[in-house]
Amino acid sequence: MSTSELPQARSALEPLVDAAREGDRPAFDELVRRTYVETYTLALRLTAHEEDARDVVQEAYLRAWRGIGSFRGDAQFTTWLYRITANTAYTTVKRRRRHRAEPLDAMLVEPAEAHLEAQPEESAQQSALLDRLSAALEQLPPKLRVLVVLKDVYGMSHEEIAEELGISVSAAKVRLHRGRKKLRDLLHDDVGPGEGRTGGLEHAV
Amino acid sequence: MQCEDVARILPEAVDHGAAVEISVQRHIDTCLRCQAELARYRKMLRGLQLLRTRYLEPAPGLLAQTLAAIEVAGEREARRAILNGRRLAYAGALGGAAVAAGAAATVVIVHRSRRRAVPVAG
Repeated sequence: MSTSELPQARSALEPLVDAAREGDRPAFDELVRRTYVETYTLALRLTAHEEDARDVVQEAYLRAWRGIGSFRGDAQFTTWLYRITANTAYTTVKRRRRHRAEPLDAMLVEPAEAHLEAQPEESAQQSALLDRLSAALEQLPPKLRVLVVLKDVYGMSHEEIAEELGISVSAAKVRLHRGRKKLRDLLHDDVGPGEGRTGGLEHAV
Repeated sequence: MQCEDVARILPEAVDHGAAVEISVQRHIDTCLRCQAELARYRKMLRGLQLLRTRYLEPAPGLLAQTLAAIEVAGEREARRAILNGRRLAYAGALGGAAVAAGAAATVVIVHRSRRRAVPVAG
């Protein structure tokens, strides 16, 4: 596993989506080829478990294939796919918690070396921060990690997350709050104020 | 307002557009420790946003396995659809045969009852 740029452009997905909605299997296969790295990345960030992430990817695309006929196209295909992936990953994480009693270390993805191949535009300092962030995310309890990943990495709204996970909006907010706090604690002083502005809240991100 | 009070709400307050009490804002404006902590949260959120485009390459084989799984599921569903179609056809044929048999039986019964009802001449 290594980091990379997106292998293929996301453009020109629409004709493939339209064809797949009509039952065109080769078109759907091409959609899988163009999006599976993104889907795998999301699945791995959510599950923090490589084998589970692979299972989630397969299950998510099966669900997408079965449901693409009813995909209305009022959202981007990738957004729709993310939601399916998030839902599938959440189910997997819950099931794993019930049936497995793995030590925490076994649930963690291969660390550091997987992230060494950073994108060229990343500075060494930024790359190091992202590595630490990735590692800290994997240490979050699954229920909190899902919220932080979906909200802060993928930019989904509280409402969208609550709907996909089958929880209330207020529960989503509480878990996000706890997740951020826990993540901050895990990072200790790794995230020093650095180049960040030290102004009041009116300058918030 | 104490730094500990501010620390408790920072994970939520750091969101863009989050409403915070004036007392919290005033405290942060005058407290270097809380300003530094707020900056750490901002940096953490910026880093999380950057992870969005940091793709993780799966081990080889995932694409082939995924396409194969879809293929198998597609075939299974196609077989199921064919079987369902055949079942419908069988059911339709059986139903048609039953209706035809019923109609034939009715004709025979009606015919016999008419023959019995014909009065004997002479």
